[in-house]
Amino acid sequence: MSTSSETRETTRTDTDGATTDTSTTTATATAVRGTRLTLRAATLGRPDAAALADVDLDVPPGEILTVVGPSGCGKSTLLRTLAGLLPALTGSVEQDGRPIGGPAADRALVFQEDALLPWRSLLANVELPLAIQGAPRAERRKRAAAWLERVGLADRARQLPHRVSGGQRQRAQLARALAADPRAVLMDEPFGALDAQTRAGMQDLLVEVLHGTGATVVFVTHDVDEALFLGDRVALLGAGRLVAVRDVPRPRDRAAHDDPARVALRRDVLTSLSI
Amino acid sequence: MTRYALRVASVAAALGLWQLLTSLDVDLWLRFSQFPTVADVARAFADRLAGDDYWTDLTDSLTRIVTGFLLAAVLGVATGVLVARSRLAEDLLGPILEVVRPIPAIALVPVAILLFPSNEQGIVFITFTAAFFPVLVSTRHAVRALTPGWEEAVRTMGGGRWRILASVVLPGALPGIFGGLSVGIGVSWICVISAEMISGQYGVGYRTWQDYTVVDYPGVFVGMVTIGVLGWATSTAVELLGRRLTRWLPRTSYVPTGRARPKSPRPAAPAASSAVPTGPEPAEARDEHLV
Repeated sequence: MSTSSETRETTRTDTDGATTDTSTTTATATAVRGTRLTLRAATLGRPDAAALADVDLDVPPGEILTVVGPSGCGKSTLLRTLAGLLPALTGSVEQDGRPIGGPAADRALVFQEDALLPWRSLLANVELPLAIQGAPRAERRKRAAAWLERVGLADRARQLPHRVSGGQRQRAQLARALAADPRAVLMDEPFGALDAQTRAGMQDLLVEVLHGTGATVVFVTHDVDEALFLGDRVALLGAGRLVAVRDVPRPRDRAAHDDPARVALRRDVLTSLSI
Repeated sequence: MTRYALRVASVAAALGLWQLLTSLDVDLWLRFSQFPTVADVARAFADRLAGDDYWTDLTDSLTRIVTGFLLAAVLGVATGVLVARSRLAEDLLGPILEVVRPIPAIALVPVAILLFPSNEQGIVFITFTAAFFPVLVSTRHAVRALTPGWEEAVRTMGGGRWRILASVVLPGALPGIFGGLSVGIGVSWICVISAEMISGQYGVGYRTWQDYTVVDYPGVFVGMVTIGVLGWATSTAVELLGRRLTRWLPRTSYVPTGRARPKSPRPAAPAASSAVPTGPEPAEARDEHLV
């Protein structure tokens, strides 16, 4: 599978020209895992029902961008478009300057729930993306087991998804998404179904496992505090548009929640969302 | 254990009643005077078991049903997946399938006679047709009812059509497919026996009809009992295979000693499994045997 997507990328680079070519090679040569995701004047949604219009957004490599907005405002649509599951209706959606034509293994998607295959053990679920990439059995077992250990599920590896808690399922999903070394991780309210305490633990875990991967992250949530804790920047969606993108002071610092700049931003975000 | 005792007692009581009614030649509107007694049937059965013909009949019928049923399973699942996943296939095959489906398989005997050079192939064809549609329809429904997130997850991992088919569609549809297979094996028996009665050479159905034409009533009953036992054995085999392959389903996760009684004095199984309703499951399984 990976070979076919690589060939596709190469051909595309050839047609696109020299500039994009260099950006791809530097990205792979320096082993920077992140990728740049760009939307230009994009209208997103299903053909009969556009959810977001005129979106301009640029996510630089390695950034964590959180997206907040009321439910039904098109957060998931934005993520599905970036994943390549949904083509843009107008405008362009690009990864490192090349248009996104469909789903690819270097953009992993983490769902809110129920995305683990229920007939596979947690280990086999995490192995799946590696198997799709063609990793040999022994190697993918080793890598999957290592990832499950990183998210604290080593002793649950042989369990079926419905035998573990919701929080554990989401940790397994995180391991599955990261196991294949994606360059971008797209997260669709991954902690939305969890209770507050589990959620805080998951946020810390996410920060911890993302550290060192350098992957670009787009994290959709309806929880403003979660967005301000995780994001380098926070994008506000509302009324079918991208309202604003704001820099977050002191991201991923638990002590920063009463930082005056953060408090002011939180108030701003809540105000703009309530309109 | 008491449950097995109950089951044995139930069968014994039915046989006892039968023996009583027939040996006393009861004639109360329902006439048991011509009816063979249990002892007659048992004697005839013992005679048959000693002869070669019985075993030839048995293997012939089994070969026919296994061939027809396996063909139906493979082609039914393949067609079901195709129709559910491809709009073109649905448009091309849908109308034909919907028109052929209501025709009882046994009504296809003339078609089978015209089409196939030998009776044998005709019988397999009828058996196949009987099981094909239940498998097709249940596969189609099961594939359409798959959770969309599963497929999207595999697509974002870079999985292509075949990977989705092998890793999502087939395993995910398996519980539904086995529903169709359970129904299919039952209908297959009905049709293989009927087809044998009409046009067979050897086979349990053929033998049963022969015995009837020569007024050998104990023989007819031997045939009926044989059909019953074979049908029960094959549907149990399908059922067990299905449970084994869909063990991941939350509802089949109760303890393997199985069918735990709610009032069991033993401590209940771990919370996850005891929370699953075990009640409806055996009843559901039995319903499928009836078809």
